[in-house]
Amino acid sequence: MKTLTVSVVTPDGPVLEDAYEMVSCKAESGELGILPGHIPMVAPLTISSIRLKQEGSSERIAVSGGFLEVRPDQVTILAQSAEKPSDIDIDRARRAKERAEQRMANKQSDIDFRRAELALKRAINRLDVKNNNF
Amino acid sequence: MASLRDIKGRITSTKKTKQITKAMEMVSASKLNKAEQNARSFVPYSEKIQEVVASIAAGGGDASHPMLEARDVKRTGYLVITSDRGLAGAYNSSVLRKVYQQIRQHHNSAEEYTLITMGRIGRDFFRKRNMPVDKDITGIADQPDFADIKDIASETVQLFTDGEIDQLYIYYNHYVSAITQEVTEKKVLPLTNLNPEGKAGTSSYEYEPDEEEILEVLLPQYAESLIYGALLDGKASEHAARMTAMKSATDNADELIGDLSLSYNRARQAAITQEITEIVGGAAALE
Repeated sequence: MKTLTVSVVTPDGPVLEDAYEMVSCKAESGELGILPGHIPMVAPLTISSIRLKQEGSSERIAVSGGFLEVRPDQVTILAQSAEKPSDIDIDRARRAKERAEQRMANKQSDIDFRRAELALKRAINRLDVKNNNF
Repeated sequence: MASLRDIKGRITSTKKTKQITKAMEMVSASKLNKAEQNARSFVPYSEKIQEVVASIAAGGGDASHPMLEARDVKRTGYLVITSDRGLAGAYNSSVLRKVYQQIRQHHNSAEEYTLITMGRIGRDFFRKRNMPVDKDITGIADQPDFADIKDIASETVQLFTDGEIDQLYIYYNHYVSAITQEVTEKKVLPLTNLNPEGKAGTSSYEYEPDEEEILEVLLPQYAESLIYGALLDGKASEHAARMTAMKSATDNADELIGDLSLSYNRARQAAITQEITEIVGGAAALE
């Protein structure tokens, strides 16, 4: 089986680098599935989870935005933050979720609201990846 | 000549100071190690993002974005990276002097520029001189995460996008080695020199959905990463500067202790000699 080298890189250092059979992720324009031999491509990602398939098992990684660069034998994901389920601090994510919900409830300005909304999305995404409920 | 007790007092206090500076030196050395590591782990990210940005800028002729275009400069933003605490030798003062000179040279009124400062020393320096500090962040950790500075970085980039500033310079100490740090000026926005090595055409990409949308996401992220990179570099310099400063303070204390011990021994010897002379003199008077 052909494989792709997937590397996930963040400003705080590389998170993961390994060979996988398939990468599926959610780009701004919709779901993308990438198999080896894909045409070179760049796409922005949403706050979502990336699924990596390797010999029957699959892994998830929570990313907060960023983008994806595809080459025939290589996929690079550049995100401002990316975490494996084992690295997610569930208490912190829960607290962030509550904080964001509170801030959205007493809405002050549009900018704050938008920022809180994004923070909420990130928190929910982390919790989902951690609990593996999709 | 100072009395024996005075000298002894000074020796003990210098010894205590030396202990402190020695400890600070070692703390900074270990922090420097960590900061260097952080700066290194950031390299793959910055290289990759630069590569993609450059190939888009080189590949697509019609792709345009406000952040790529130089416009008439009405207002300039200066982002200055300093530390929160002093005791780091010339680390802060050299950066601040450079920024101050630049501003004096290029601007006549406070309307023409704005400052964004990272670190307390920088903020206080400019506030004291009544210069406009638009945004500031203090209390950055010694090993900063990207999350710690994401807000101020994106707000700074936002200033440019909103047209509040027309160009952005960043000033920080570039880490050359543990004993050398260089004050560096870097133009971050607009992003005009994206493809310096001529690596064009390494790969032509398909864009999903299109180039403009990609640039929309990519360029702010790229600019933020430049700011973060400068901060990491600055942090490594800070620890290096502090380490060197503390090392020379420790050396100076050693030297001072040596001098003081010498005069202490001299004074002690003089006191003994005097006592003997007095006894001998007294005995002679009795005969």
